[in-house]
Amino acid sequence: MIRDITIGQYYPANSLIHRLDPRVKIVCTLLFLISLFVQNSFLGYGIATIFLVAVVKISRVPFKFIVKGLKAIIILLMFTVVMNLFLTKGGEEVIHVGFIHIYEKGLRTCVFMAIRLIYLIIGSSLMTLTTTPNALTDGIEKLLHPLNKIHVPVHEVAMMMSIALRFIPILLEETDKIMKAQIARGADLESGNLIQKTKAMVPILVPLFVSAFRRANDLAMAMEARCYHGGEGRTKMKPLIYKKQDYVAYAVMIFYMAAVILIGRFVTFKLWIF
Amino acid sequence: MKMIQAEELVYEYEKRDDEGNVIGMNRAIDEVNIDVQQGQFVAILGHNGSGKSTLAKHINAILIPTGGTMWVNGRDTKDPNELMNVRQSAGMVFQNPDNQIIGTVVEEDVGFGPENLGVPTEEIWTRVEESLKAVGMLEYRTNSPNKLSGGQKQRVAIAGVIAMTPQCIVLDEPTAMLDPNGRKEVLQTVQELRRQKKVTVILITHYMEEVIDADHVYVMDSGHVVMQGTPREIFSQVDELKKYHLDVPQVTMLAEELRKRGLELPKGILRREELVRYITELWRMQNVNRT
Repeated sequence: MIRDITIGQYYPANSLIHRLDPRVKIVCTLLFLISLFVQNSFLGYGIATIFLVAVVKISRVPFKFIVKGLKAIIILLMFTVVMNLFLTKGGEEVIHVGFIHIYEKGLRTCVFMAIRLIYLIIGSSLMTLTTTPNALTDGIEKLLHPLNKIHVPVHEVAMMMSIALRFIPILLEETDKIMKAQIARGADLESGNLIQKTKAMVPILVPLFVSAFRRANDLAMAMEARCYHGGEGRTKMKPLIYKKQDYVAYAVMIFYMAAVILIGRFVTFKLWIF
Repeated sequence: MKMIQAEELVYEYEKRDDEGNVIGMNRAIDEVNIDVQQGQFVAILGHNGSGKSTLAKHINAILIPTGGTMWVNGRDTKDPNELMNVRQSAGMVFQNPDNQIIGTVVEEDVGFGPENLGVPTEEIWTRVEESLKAVGMLEYRTNSPNKLSGGQKQRVAIAGVIAMTPQCIVLDEPTAMLDPNGRKEVLQTVQELRRQKKVTVILITHYMEEVIDADHVYVMDSGHVVMQGTPREIFSQVDELKKYHLDVPQVTMLAEELRKRGLELPKGILRREELVRYITELWRMQNVNRT
């Protein structure tokens, strides 16, 4: 299950998208997500499709790999589609069988919702697939830097994120070890109903938390020993500097947004707003 | 020049019961005096709870003495203005290799120290490259630390300290969690660094084999320095070491047992070659006497 989720995974490759500044990718992904929600015409989604397909092609991430990420949301997707299909009223009635009424508007909403959700997942997983977790946190830190003025500890939060990322595999390994140790001592983790299974997790979680705190303590000491004293006066080994390609990417994005908004304004069969 | 000097160092902490009430004071370090000269290789021995790790943490100003003074490179660790200087001049490598690597990529971890010191970007890169080369880990620079062996992780940790250009490295039981191969790897790296960069090394350990190359050895027990001297001086006192729950290297042990049974061997033999030489010498002498 956890393996299926491609959001948050990194796909190593050497493409233009991979080389882009993480800030560009974050901002453009956000803009793309917004663009999905401001439009509601087939033409608009056509443009979004072309844009997305082009970006995926440039990124050299296999399409199959991205589609795999959709598996995780398939239930949510089905649920949304079905709910929208049956519960939205408006427009002409298309199908009427027994107690099921399907209206024209419901049909449109469910199709658009499906497209939106799918593109949303593809768009955001494309960002994480092409950006290393570290670059991502660096990007977030730099983007949120202005918040420092209102005393939001941006650097600290970014540092915490990157440390969390570093410790995920270590803690997974640890969980595995503890589980085996408890099974060896006769713990039953497999059988029983949901409540019993949840209860069986307690002897795994307690030692895991204890060890995580111990690790945190050790790590804090190691960081202090290496002169860590917060973000002040700190230089960067890999500073983020915009290059020509990043400006080009921004320009393309602005062009795309303009196109989407213009179509939203002038295409007449815009009927409703989500 | 004196690199590290502890004068009547005392470290006390409050002993608490389960509810957090203070029930007394605990002296982890009791009036310890230590002198380390620039470029020396000094070992601190002691069994668990002898205060050796607590002492090590004072050198890096992670702990501040509650009595006496710790001088690092002529700076008082009690002075908060000197904190960063102290930590820069005395780098520290800890026991658990996993819990001291901060970066998600090897080279980023090595760059962490220089980043904190505010070193310009370009210099960070040259320092990272040099440090990784010095510990022989350059080819792993873009790897994830999670995929390295214990010994390799410790070498990365050492590189991370080297990148801060310290005059002194404190290694707090760096091999305790490693397999024999990893131990050898780390110790060789440390020796190599001593040769190349002339850094002062303070090794805290309870493996006797690791200290035979040291210039000076301190033995600690329940917060006191109970013995000090060259490895040969220390290891010639097998019985006293046993009192502090410490063993001597196997070769020394064998030589000692042979000596007790009447073989005329000197005290404090540290290396296998040494023992072999003395025994063959004795054997030859016997043959000469016989003929």
